[in-house]
Amino acid sequence: MSVAAPPDEAQALDGPSELATPGLERQAERAKARQGFLLGLPAILYLLVFFVIPLGVVVAYSFATRTRSGRTELRDWNLNAYARLGDDIVLTVAWRSLWVAALTTVICLLLAYPLAYFISTRSAVTRNLLLVGIMIPFWSNFLIRTYAWRVLLDSDGLVTQMVQATGLGDGRILFTTNAVILGLVYGYLPFMVLPLYAAIERIDWSLVEGARDLYANGWGAFRRVVWPLSKPGVVAGSILVFVPSFGAYVTPAILGGNKEGLLGSYIVLQFLSARNGPVGSAVSVVVLVVMLLGTLLYFRAGGKNL
Amino acid sequence: MSKGVARSTAEPQGVSRWWLRGHSLLVFVFFYAPIVVLFVFSFNDSNAVGNWKGFTLGWYEAFLDNQNVHESIWISVKVCLFSTVIAVVLGTASALALERFRWWGQKAFDAVLYLPIIIPDVTMAVMMLVFFGETAHLFNVIPGVDLSSGLEKLVLSHVAFNISFVSVVVRARLANLDASMEEAAADLYANRWQAFRRVTLPQIMPGVLGGALLAITISLDDVVVSSFVAAVGATPISVYVFGMLRKGVSPLVNSVSVVMLTASISLVLASLVFSRATGSEREERLKT
Amino acid sequence: MRAFALLGVISVLAVGCGSDEEEASAFKQCAFGETDGDLAFFNWSEYMDPDLITAFQDEFGVSVIEDFYPSNEEMFAKVEHGESGYDMIIPSDYMISILISEAMIQPVQAAAVPNRTNISDKFSDPPFDPGSTYTSAYQWGTTGVGVDLGVTGDVPQTWGLLFDADLAEKYGLDGAITLLDDPRETVGAALKYLGYSLNSTSADELAEAEAVIADAVSRVAAFDSDQYSELIVSGETIVGHGYSGNFLWDFEEGESEYTYFVPDEGGTIWVDGMAVLVDAPHPCTAFAFMNFLLDAHNGAQLTNFNWYASPNGAAEEFIDQEVLDNQIIYPSDETMKRLEFIEDTGDFEIEFTDALTRARG
Repeated sequence: MSVAAPPDEAQALDGPSELATPGLERQAERAKARQGFLLGLPAILYLLVFFVIPLGVVVAYSFATRTRSGRTELRDWNLNAYARLGDDIVLTVAWRSLWVAALTTVICLLLAYPLAYFISTRSAVTRNLLLVGIMIPFWSNFLIRTYAWRVLLDSDGLVTQMVQATGLGDGRILFTTNAVILGLVYGYLPFMVLPLYAAIERIDWSLVEGARDLYANGWGAFRRVVWPLSKPGVVAGSILVFVPSFGAYVTPAILGGNKEGLLGSYIVLQFLSARNGPVGSAVSVVVLVVMLLGTLLYFRAGGKNL
Repeated sequence: MSKGVARSTAEPQGVSRWWLRGHSLLVFVFFYAPIVVLFVFSFNDSNAVGNWKGFTLGWYEAFLDNQNVHESIWISVKVCLFSTVIAVVLGTASALALERFRWWGQKAFDAVLYLPIIIPDVTMAVMMLVFFGETAHLFNVIPGVDLSSGLEKLVLSHVAFNISFVSVVVRARLANLDASMEEAAADLYANRWQAFRRVTLPQIMPGVLGGALLAITISLDDVVVSSFVAAVGATPISVYVFGMLRKGVSPLVNSVSVVMLTASISLVLASLVFSRATGSEREERLKT
Repeated sequence: MRAFALLGVISVLAVGCGSDEEEASAFKQCAFGETDGDLAFFNWSEYMDPDLITAFQDEFGVSVIEDFYPSNEEMFAKVEHGESGYDMIIPSDYMISILISEAMIQPVQAAAVPNRTNISDKFSDPPFDPGSTYTSAYQWGTTGVGVDLGVTGDVPQTWGLLFDADLAEKYGLDGAITLLDDPRETVGAALKYLGYSLNSTSADELAEAEAVIADAVSRVAAFDSDQYSELIVSGETIVGHGYSGNFLWDFEEGESEYTYFVPDEGGTIWVDGMAVLVDAPHPCTAFAFMNFLLDAHNGAQLTNFNWYASPNGAAEEFIDQEVLDNQIIYPSDETMKRLEFIEDTGDFEIEFTDALTRARG
């Protein structure tokens, strides 16, 4: 589907190549490689010092000793923290986080897909307007948007009042997992809409028209043409929603009553309340590794085009 | 994109058509309802939030009077500016290094660059807390450096995750560019720096600005990393508001929220307008 | 010559790289009223009267930077690595023992803090800091239960309101309860409810307490050390676990009828103290502030502001009579008998935090 890649020479900036001998060309390439390396060097060094090393310290912490007063000391390396990962509570929390993140992703997909599709069928002017309409919540402060739901779900809040009015229940969803899911869906929905839109927008509509002719109904055309072609967008959007939802802390803290049901809260609890650096670090490391593996696998499965 | 076929062929017929429209409308309502509610209730003359008791500007007055809020906003602005500038420079440089050159270790760097994007912010917060905890005294040995108060730790942390975001945006832009312009410049015996300044940079500028905007937004949004890392007297507004939120719902929080929302929305709209204006300007220039 | 220089350099390095475990005299000595820069003050929220801060700033010509924490543990996480930039902290009793054992706070300098003598005898030699060597008492209070009587009517004064399923059903408390986000306090409350000491070091008793909390979690709206009283006043919750003064403060704003009590099974009496960190950048200003707060008038003003009890004997005559008479702030002798201090349980300490973590899940 993508345009053929331009020939390799177009990438080279060596200047006129007809005059170069093999030796000179190799020299020029090495010089270019050096330049590239130097260009990237500041960023490399920065990330080395302020990202890779901190990560290393956390990994070290996960093997360190926790003193009786709750400090972490880098001595007497052990696997105690990792042993604790098998505890019931950790497994419960991890499973619940997985469930919440998956549910959030699916709900976002269901909400976002029709919207993205709808936008891509509009005219240019309308499309841009609608996109700006989505951008605005996307760029707005996440914390504030989550807080807005805290207001709505308050016992006096509008949503609670509305639910009570319709008799669907007592409307007290605040401080439950459902409130957290609601908050996560609200917060990350734009992250699903935008990649989906980008993918759907690129689809060659003549294919859809042809499919219509073949399948005689819109649903068939959708299932066999549009959906497969939009997969890269689905993959990208899912990752962008699943990853932050899995390690969420702010949303459960504001909407979930701080009950430590989820991994993000559990990790923070280890550092700020339980004074157990090693376990907090061990869980952080495991979460990171899981995310990494998951992202890699999903990428492979869903294609590389973002 | 459509290769001569109208987009509207993709639109479903019949019932599905109206269902699609209805759904889209509902999603938009879902997006904006909470924001509108916040906005409306920030004018509510009542301590509680939920029942309308009359119009007042009192909560905005309280916001204007609150010294702590002002200081926090000022801190956020400073952290944001410093970290965005650094992240944009480093991020653009790394994007160029990865897209336009080939060197040993490139793949590894590419991989490391993706880590800050997928890392959960709790893990990042923990990393920075623990890192500064163990090494702050080493940094403080450098004359003039004192990490225990002020913005340094915040700026350093924000740059750490923003380089990647800027890099991704600029790389996307670079990848889509036609490198033949740069080759043409080289043919004309421009050296690499001139080629960059006059050809590449103007072309990637939208990407650079997009990356900058993304970095600013992420920096302002950040709560967890900032709260773990904030030093004495350097509480950014997001952490301050988070602290207020933990103390419960109040109309003062609403007015602060509305101010922050308005600021970020204005920033986005301004940048959209700006990019549209410069975009068309550049197209004009290229045509002549 | 060079040998001597080398020796000099080596000894300077040795001293410079030495650890902080040196005698008290190694700390910078402060004269009375001396200040050495602005004060970085780390305190619980809503615990300090802004007017007192302004008065201190005016009198000594320095600025005060205030940051806040919601629990001892969070404060500890911020200062444990050293070089946090803070000068003075306000830790609670058991946290003070921990800070002393980890050599994180410096001894109070009598010369700079002559007002120390104002502290009443009851608080001048506490078990967690013998002789008040490292801290000066700040405020004291109790932890108990706050209830919205307008909703429940009369209730028995028991921890069961937080933990017991039957009582929850009887008074409609399901989903309307908050517990403190504090291991010692919450596990301690469960222990008292079961009839044990809140300083128990018995694994069995702790397991029972953990079970009690775990059972209650489904009825608990939130674990909260910040808004327990505001949630009751706003109608979100009906009963809350929290500190005396905070409840009083917020109940004033409310429209219903409220009460706070220490349950019959007993509860916590806690004392918070003022402490100066060993690596405080401005220790002299910190001691000047400590002295300032221990002044009789200022101590009284603090109590009149935050409605917690003052450990300052000299301040008593300046405290509002209605505050002194308030049994919530100054409990009766009979109530005092039911109260226990939280004590550092040494190696067992970590079990409390683990128990609460497990119960919450």
